[in-house]
Amino acid sequence: MPGLEDLYREIILDHYRSPRNKGELESPPATRVEGFNPLCGDEIVVYVDVEDDTVKDIRIGGQGCSISQSSASMMSAAVKGKSLAEVKGLTKAFKAMMSIHEQSLDGEGEGLEESGESGIDPSEIADVPEEVKLGDLEALRGVVKFPVRIKCATLSWNTLAQGIDEATAG
Amino acid sequence: MSEAGTTGSARLDVARIRKDFPILSRDIRGTRLVYLDSANTSQKPQSVLDAMDHYYERSNANVHRGTYLIAQEATEAIEGARGIVRRFIGAPSDRNVVFTKNATEAMNLVVRAWGTKHLREGDAVVLTEMEHHANIVPWHQLAEAIGIELRWIPVTDEGHLDVGDLDRLLDGAKVLSFTAMSNVLGTVTPVAELVAKAHDAGAIAIVDASQHVPHITTDVQAWGADFVAFTGHKLLGPTGIGVLYGTEEILEATPPFLGGGEMILNVTKDGFTHTELPWKFEAGTPMIAEAVGLGAACEYLTGLGMDAVRQHEVELTAYTLRTLTERFGDDVTIHGPSEPAARGGVFSFAYKDIHPHDLTQVFDEHGVCVRAGHHCAKPLMRALGVNATARASLYVYNDTDDIDALADAMDAAGQFFSF
Repeated sequence: MPGLEDLYREIILDHYRSPRNKGELESPPATRVEGFNPLCGDEIVVYVDVEDDTVKDIRIGGQGCSISQSSASMMSAAVKGKSLAEVKGLTKAFKAMMSIHEQSLDGEGEGLEESGESGIDPSEIADVPEEVKLGDLEALRGVVKFPVRIKCATLSWNTLAQGIDEATAG
Repeated sequence: MSEAGTTGSARLDVARIRKDFPILSRDIRGTRLVYLDSANTSQKPQSVLDAMDHYYERSNANVHRGTYLIAQEATEAIEGARGIVRRFIGAPSDRNVVFTKNATEAMNLVVRAWGTKHLREGDAVVLTEMEHHANIVPWHQLAEAIGIELRWIPVTDEGHLDVGDLDRLLDGAKVLSFTAMSNVLGTVTPVAELVAKAHDAGAIAIVDASQHVPHITTDVQAWGADFVAFTGHKLLGPTGIGVLYGTEEILEATPPFLGGGEMILNVTKDGFTHTELPWKFEAGTPMIAEAVGLGAACEYLTGLGMDAVRQHEVELTAYTLRTLTERFGDDVTIHGPSEPAARGGVFSFAYKDIHPHDLTQVFDEHGVCVRAGHHCAKPLMRALGVNATARASLYVYNDTDDIDALADAMDAAGQFFSF
């Protein structure tokens, strides 16, 4: 039976209390993208400055629960200064972690069959580069045990991906 | 005077009522189930479950066609349920009671079938800021299709409709469509008054009564509304069944919504003629067992007495407001009217700076079921200046112990997230 401590790890609460890279970037030159969680009404704003195929700078705005806010905070710290290829690998690795079935996590019978609530398509998590290290983001692993919260954790990542797409389009 | 909701004893025996609901004896991780989400969906008494089982075990057959005994019984079951629902809401005839999938489908029926036929580009439809998306999105869809204008009655800080500007909003409008009780604030609106205002302005009146019918005696004729929509699963009935009430005049003036079997008088290669009310709006094999369940639910509530139901909820609402205010003071913000008699047992609240998702996650550890989110009312959320709230809601099986459990869970959440 998953408990609150599986979900709310100390590092998550730390990022929630003291979010990294909170704020705005002037756009343009940065790209501004809004993301919505239709289930709970949370809104996130990602400002991403892409230069020379690198995430030169990133800021996070909007409001949300501890899971969406801490995920956004950790994401911002993890992708800042990284190449777009590295960000892509990190995104894949994170989404793969978010789509692990509870069953394979616990080895118990009470797992989820197909975690349909995650909203993650198998193609999004194919071929995760082996060298990717999630670091602090590993703390969000427990979210998988609370399926309705997976979308809280992936909201900022989907929004960032959209921002990078827009920044590199044309 | 209609026969709606006039029976039953004066006071609810909640301990006894709780025994009628099998799910309430379920153990949740070693603690009892504290169900405070009835505005979302209600629990079902044994009599509703039995009625549906009994139908399937004894009389299952398709309706309105078979010549054999059980087919006749099935037809009597669904039409009997229609009669029970008619009496429960004070409708004049079974012809006024259309079964739908839910209230959302009932609203879509009105907007698509009546609206498409009777509204034209530029026609104004008046809504309120406290509507459920079911009474917003179909109108947006119609606006996209034919270009109607939407006007909005605002909400005051106390959570009441601000009708100061109503005459101007209704001027030239064709429709006033509004909730009888807010699913977020619990606000009970002055339905008969608003309907009369709409009619004076030459508009039809549509009432979303999804939160009202389960909790407060509803007399659709006293309201005088043209259409009234509500759903079964919030009033102790099963999912998959809702009701659209309409006056004979307006239902006759509304073309069929869905086409198919059941709703026709004749079909040729050249066209069709539809059958009479209410079956004109019930294409395909209907939800027979669900109708039976809804009928049993209305009978259960009639047995309790809707006046007693309302009195219980007003008292428990007063207890809830008092308890949360006394225990949490300025740390808690409860949206909606502060006067218990002006509202239903629905409490959208904020506690400290804890996000509703995190709050209700901790509640779950204590077996307390409370919804977090925007409650399908995003325009209202915007008016309140929030993205989401936690929402606790009451029904006949809740008592002061449940409210104390909620308050204890709030304490626990406060400690867990004490930064």
